[in-house]
Amino acid sequence: MVAALAEVATHHAAGAALDIEQVSHAFDIDGAELPVLSDVSIAVEPGEFVALLGPSGCGKSTLLRLVAGLDKPKAGSLREDEIRIVRPHPSRVVVFQDPTLFPWRTVWDNVALGLEAQGILKSQRQRVDDALDLVGLSSFRNAYPQQLSGGMAQRVALARALVNDPKILVLDEPLGKLDSLTRITMQAELVSLWQRKGFTTLLVTHDAEEALVLANRVIVFSERPARVKADIRVDRPYPRHRGDPYLADLRRQILGLLGLDATW
Amino acid sequence: MATGFRRGRGRQRRLDRLSRTHSLGIAAFVIAATALFGTVGADYLGYTGRALRQRAPWLIVLGVFLTLWEVATAKFAWLPLPFFPPPQAIIEVYTDDLPKLLDSVFASVKLQLGGYIIGATVGFLTGVSIGWSRAVGYWLHPVLRFIGPLPATAWLPIAFFTFPSSWSASTFLIALATGFPVTVLTWSGVASVSGAYYDVARTLGAKPSFLVLKVAIPAALPHVFVGLFMGLGASFALLVIAEMIGVKAGLGWYLQWAQGWAAYANMYAALIVMSLLCSGAITLLFAVRDRLLVWQKGTVKW
Ligand SMILES: Nc1ncnc2c1ncn2[C@@H]1O[C@H](COP(=O)(O)OP(=O)(O)OP(=O)(O)O)[C@@H](O)[C@H]1O
Ligand SMILES: [Mg+2]
Repeated sequence: MVAALAEVATHHAAGAALDIEQVSHAFDIDGAELPVLSDVSIAVEPGEFVALLGPSGCGKSTLLRLVAGLDKPKAGSLREDEIRIVRPHPSRVVVFQDPTLFPWRTVWDNVALGLEAQGILKSQRQRVDDALDLVGLSSFRNAYPQQLSGGMAQRVALARALVNDPKILVLDEPLGKLDSLTRITMQAELVSLWQRKGFTTLLVTHDAEEALVLANRVIVFSERPARVKADIRVDRPYPRHRGDPYLADLRRQILGLLGLDATW
Repeated sequence: MATGFRRGRGRQRRLDRLSRTHSLGIAAFVIAATALFGTVGADYLGYTGRALRQRAPWLIVLGVFLTLWEVATAKFAWLPLPFFPPPQAIIEVYTDDLPKLLDSVFASVKLQLGGYIIGATVGFLTGVSIGWSRAVGYWLHPVLRFIGPLPATAWLPIAFFTFPSSWSASTFLIALATGFPVTVLTWSGVASVSGAYYDVARTLGAKPSFLVLKVAIPAALPHVFVGLFMGLGASFALLVIAEMIGVKAGLGWYLQWAQGWAAYANMYAALIVMSLLCSGAITLLFAVRDRLLVWQKGTVKW
């Protein structure tokens, strides 16, 4: 796996800056307006690892869709390296909450999707193999998605994103379905990959501990419509230790912000 | 197995004006002997033996049916003769009327294949365009709704005098019968593709052509095959009717002709061939589907 990491890391793509400026968004549900994001501003520096935490249904996935360029915000603007985001671009790759692998393609072909769509697959097949190695699924290259477990499908979705060498990697609870052991391994892989390649990472998670182990910065959202409730720097060197009292302290603080002080 | 019943056939000469009785007897004996040998030796025959053993109950029923048929027609003449010929009379058709029968098969296959391929292609392309483009949908949807449900046979009279030949008219009608279900199902297949697939492809840098060719079409393919299957059934019906009414060739015409001459054995013979052809066509379609849709599980086995 480490060899594979080094391989993938040779294609250099440094991170991009991401500016989310006073973004508000709303959906129309049966004529009524449902406000989902309310004046959200986040300035992400190149190569930063930002975790987004918030109650379920507050609008995190919606924000990620705006970052990806799949939807346009009702108000405000989003910019990647000072260029306004108006449509999807492979420099910003999203790992969706649902793996959404293409059931008619094998694992290998699923991972190859981005390179194929950009018309560079022929000369870059090795990258697909490396990405599969990275998530430990080389032996399943010819399997179809329905032959995979939920966690394996998520790892394929991760490989499908990584193979594109994104400048901004957008992750929507990508480790949600993994068992705790694989999850910890994948977290470590993610950190080391991010450190080697230097892409900017935006990670949505429900797990405060995961956010603290991985990110430079944790942003806590309010209930819907989501506002930025807290923006917490995590100045700790990697690899981080789960038992670190500094992190435990931050964790208590974050859970408090999410309204969980009574149970904690 | 049914050997006991069959052995006696060679000696049945009651209706001695029937030729081929002797060859039928020999054929029955050979088949029975093969079945007997296969059943006894199944353990030594590997795959073939197992396949044979699995089908043994059917072989017995078939043997019993043939024997009853033989006894009821050729031996005791319980069934009125011109309408219910004995098996040997049907074999006689296959040997004596072979050239004409082959010509008919060839004509039918040619007509069917041409019409079906045109109809399926046009239907598929129309379905994809309607499912994909709002503008195309706006113009084609009402036309489809108005014309599609009309049975293609209703066009028969018009088609036969507007088209230069009955052959081209029939091709058009078969294409029409095929095209409607293929169009509707392809369209519904494309329309029902989950938006999440497009989102994934777009964030990975896919252009519109990629979205159509590599996302919409593969995702819609299971529906397309349902349409192709339904179109096949509809086009068979049209083929036979067209051949009976206008085209002076093909199995439908052969049936009609045989009826005109009260040649009932020929009719049954042609029916059997037709059934084998139609079943074969569906088997072929399912084989193609199984190849293209290996990723689907639990598909119907034909
Ligand atoms: N396409 C849509 N149309 C209408 N409403 C939507 C749409 N997508 C999301 N919503 C609504 O927006 C709100 C926020 O949804 P979103 O998926 O962003 O939440 P989330 O923070 O990602 O939640 P979770 O943590 O459970 O994934 C929800 O109330 C949802 O009902
Ligand atoms: Mg979400």
